[in-house]
Amino acid sequence: MEEHIIIIGNGISGITCARHIRKNSNKRITVISGESPYFFSRTALMYVYMGHLKFEHTQPYEKWFWKKNKIELIHKYVTDINTNDNELIFEDKSTIRYDKLIIATGSKPNKFNWPGQNAKGVTGMYHKQDLDYIEKYAANSADCKRAVIVGGGLIGIELAEMLHSRNIPVTFLVREPSFWSNVLPKEESEMINREIREHHIDLRLNTNLKQINTDTSGKTNSITIAETSEQIVCNLVGLTTGVSPNINFIKNTNISTNKGILVNSFLETSVENIYAIGDCAELQNPTNNRKAIEAVWYTGRMMGETLAQTICGNKTAYKPGHWFNSAKFFNIEYQTYGWVSNQPKTHETHFYWEHETEKKCIRINYNKTTQEFIGINTLGIRMRHSFFEKILNEKKSVQYVLAHLADANFDPEFYTLYEKEIVAKFNKENSCTIQLKKKSWKRIFSKA
Amino acid sequence: MIKTIQNTGLVLLLIGFGIFISLPFLGSFKITPEVFEELISANNIKSELFISKVKTTILNNEFSSAYSLSSEITTAIENANAQHLKNKEFKQKIWTNPESLSFSIIKKSGNGFIATNNTLLWWLTFGLAIIGALLYNIPKVITLGAKGIKNNGIFSHPSTNRGWIGWMVFIFLIVFYIVLYFKPAYIVNWTYLVDTTSKALSGNDASQWFLYGYLYTVVMFVMAVRMYIKYRHNNYQILRTTSVLFFQLVFAFLIPEIMVRFQLPWYDFKNAFPLDYDFFFSWNLKQLINTGTFGLFILVWGIALTIIIVPILTYFFGKRWYCSWVCGCGGLAETLGDPYRQLSNKSLKAWQLERWVVHSVLVFALLMTAITLYAFFAETKEVLFIKTQNIQDVYGFLIGSIFAGVIGTGFYPIFGNRVWCRFGCPLAAYLGIIQRFKSRFRITTNGGQCISCGNCSTYCEQGIDVRAYAQKGENIVRASCVGCGVCAAVCPRGVLKLENGPESGRINPTEVLLGNDIDLMNYVNKK
Ligand SMILES: Cc1cc2nc3c(=O)[nH]c(=O)nc-3n(C[C@H](O)[C@H](O)[C@H](O)COP(=O)(O)OP(=O)(O)OC[C@H]3O[C@@H](n4cnc5c(N)ncnc54)[C@H](O)[C@@H]3O)c2cc1C
Ligand code: SF4
Ligand code: SF4
Repeated sequence: MEEHIIIIGNGISGITCARHIRKNSNKRITVISGESPYFFSRTALMYVYMGHLKFEHTQPYEKWFWKKNKIELIHKYVTDINTNDNELIFEDKSTIRYDKLIIATGSKPNKFNWPGQNAKGVTGMYHKQDLDYIEKYAANSADCKRAVIVGGGLIGIELAEMLHSRNIPVTFLVREPSFWSNVLPKEESEMINREIREHHIDLRLNTNLKQINTDTSGKTNSITIAETSEQIVCNLVGLTTGVSPNINFIKNTNISTNKGILVNSFLETSVENIYAIGDCAELQNPTNNRKAIEAVWYTGRMMGETLAQTICGNKTAYKPGHWFNSAKFFNIEYQTYGWVSNQPKTHETHFYWEHETEKKCIRINYNKTTQEFIGINTLGIRMRHSFFEKILNEKKSVQYVLAHLADANFDPEFYTLYEKEIVAKFNKENSCTIQLKKKSWKRIFSKA
Repeated sequence: MIKTIQNTGLVLLLIGFGIFISLPFLGSFKITPEVFEELISANNIKSELFISKVKTTILNNEFSSAYSLSSEITTAIENANAQHLKNKEFKQKIWTNPESLSFSIIKKSGNGFIATNNTLLWWLTFGLAIIGALLYNIPKVITLGAKGIKNNGIFSHPSTNRGWIGWMVFIFLIVFYIVLYFKPAYIVNWTYLVDTTSKALSGNDASQWFLYGYLYTVVMFVMAVRMYIKYRHNNYQILRTTSVLFFQLVFAFLIPEIMVRFQLPWYDFKNAFPLDYDFFFSWNLKQLINTGTFGLFILVWGIALTIIIVPILTYFFGKRWYCSWVCGCGGLAETLGDPYRQLSNKSLKAWQLERWVVHSVLVFALLMTAITLYAFFAETKEVLFIKTQNIQDVYGFLIGSIFAGVIGTGFYPIFGNRVWCRFGCPLAAYLGIIQRFKSRFRITTNGGQCISCGNCSTYCEQGIDVRAYAQKGENIVRASCVGCGVCAAVCPRGVLKLENGPESGRINPTEVLLGNDIDLMNYVNKK
């Protein structure tokens, strides 16, 4: 009998892991999820509400894929794990036995014990069920006269864009002095503030929620702001104040947890033959400036890729490469490669260029003394991942990056390029004479 | 205010369209003896039966629609032909196609308000519809908000999600194509609307084909305005749209008509064989040869286009240089068809079907041409007991009319805008083979940035599951990709880029995506 691998969670981490185990072995694989029968892209849920996609479009694989690859699917919630007998217990009390267990249960939206947070019309934006809920309470501007979103992160702004697409007025409460300013430097953050306001969203900075008020039937009818006690009449409240690992049912087991499920660099938990990956995993010893819990798509995917190697006999430590990420704020695309924090650290300095009229900018973070390139942020300009991966591996200088911006650019053909302007600005500020090089396919494709 | 302008536009568009639709049901037609004599001699008609039948029952009678007159004429032709066949009077049989004969007779017989008020009616139909469509579309510069991807509500609107509007458009298009190809006499009234333009260009009255070309060009221009507004942040889309408009207007519409004025054959210089499937038919070859130097030039150009220019440009730029920048079918698909691109089928089954069907059409076109050419040089009409004429008729009917027209365009609102280009076009099949195996074109996937959202696959008009490649970090190199660039435009994470670059490394199957430092070689070596 082949070893039975069970994965709880059919998100990007669980499914990536399953696919890679299948590629490299013939083990029996079962994937369990209570949320949806098939894997879908959580990041695309917003587009379903906005009418860009149907829910089925968010599912990357057709139904035959699972049969063909012999990945068994179970559409149920797991309520407990009996680690002594290698057994999972489902909500309906049925059980299933595993040889190895991979926990990939993702996150759940944070709630900070606000009065009224369980009222009708209050929701997070994480699961498919949340989307259905929003569809129910905020189908259009007639049903939902106003929505209030609490929490200025990536999911909050997506929710704002969603509601805006159906002409629902939105008030957006952000605790920080500027949108996502714990991550974005001032200029980028302010550009996004403008973008939000230009979409007629009532953006309230430095503002916290006090409580959610309901009518007699328990339905949300307004919220109160902590700082001013102002009441804002609304029918929907979106709580997007971050996410945390979705591990309530693990807490009753002997698997060690902190905020998330604690794992070592091989993604092993404290119990033998049980592993955790993705949003729900907490690394005991994160490397490379990485955080212990990284609730992003790419991390889940990389952990899935890595763990599959271990499961298939090639014991491999999780070693994420250089940080990269991307997002979209209404019409503005954002990409980042390497590290750029909101303030230059002591040994760092920033070079920043912004377009005069359009919402496009680029920021390069580099070492003040050695001139080594550390990271880049771009808004409204696409960059080539492989270029920066190589630059970071080879520890190139900021001057090198600027001279080779043409290789780095990833905008569609015929887009106006600003490389000359950018280099000129750097030259002027630093009194140097970097010459922009012509794009070279040879360089682009040469391996690091 | 803006809403009022848009609604006014919509109303004008609907009025114009309504009048246009009702025209074929109206009018008055009377065949005069002079017109009849002229047509008999022009078409070399020897059937006494037919002539006397027309003279006794049709001539000088008023008919109140092209439809009723046309059925009288076609019945008369069919009856006469049946009688001649029975009596073995082959000399008298009418060889001209009854529908085209009927069209040319009726075209000359219109005498009422519609036939005589071309300009007024043009304004009431084309004029109102164009103004209406522009009034509806141009305010989108404001209503869509700042520039960027605007696909809100596509899957909830009845016109773009196979709702009732989509089905109405579908029915209209299907009926339109069937009438255009098989019952042109019914739409004689429409051709009156464009007679003035036709006369100015070629010197002739407008045929149904002139009307079609005219309508095609107008629709492309109007819908291109929509395209310009929707993708105004994207220079690739703007340039590409401008290019297809230029080729449609100048190469497909103006030049061929003007050539006719100078007694030259009607020829569209950008229409490459085997899309231009009758290029090697004997009537065309004879016509070209008889036209002298210019005809020979066309002959050489046509051959060079297919065997030299097409492969070379496809090597450098991919098939997009033709399908998304030059071609008329592509041009309509990218303008009129753009609102429907998300309806293409992305399943693996559809891909399998596509490969079978499109390559079969290519084989069919090539076989037919080989047989035709053999027959032409051997001066015979039959090859292996098959009449070349029959093969050509079958191809013309099945592929040229039903597939390219009725299905190809009619199914826009149901199966998406590139049904013909994806499943039917033999030239696309040929370009696709080059693109897949010998080309510098690819869609580069940006390392590990894909979030599997599915926008790219959904908006790929060719039904390519772009995400399947992007989420694995692989470049997209697919025979059917027409390089429309919309996948790259709609991607919210900047993952895709259409590029021409060195062939090596173009196809890049990946084990692990960029950004993860797994040393797989280590494992492979151990195995
Ligand atoms: C709206 C939104 C937008 C986002 N956009 C981005 C983005 O642009 N870029 C980015 O990098 N990241 C983004 N993220 C974050 C990203 O989606 C997550 O990091 C990622 O989906 C986590 O994947 P996962 O496989 O770890 O967990 P999940 O995708 O959460 O999958 C876990 C699954 O396990 C199921 N499950 C949990 N407990 C049980 C149980 N007891 N029994 C059975 N099943 C269970 C859950 O229901 C869920 O289906 C976004 C997230 C959201 C919500
Ligand atoms: S893959 Fe992209 S460029 Fe090619 S046809 Fe599809 S959408 Fe257009
Ligand atoms: S649109 Fe972009 S992010 Fe979304 S699936 Fe396609 S390539 Fe990936």
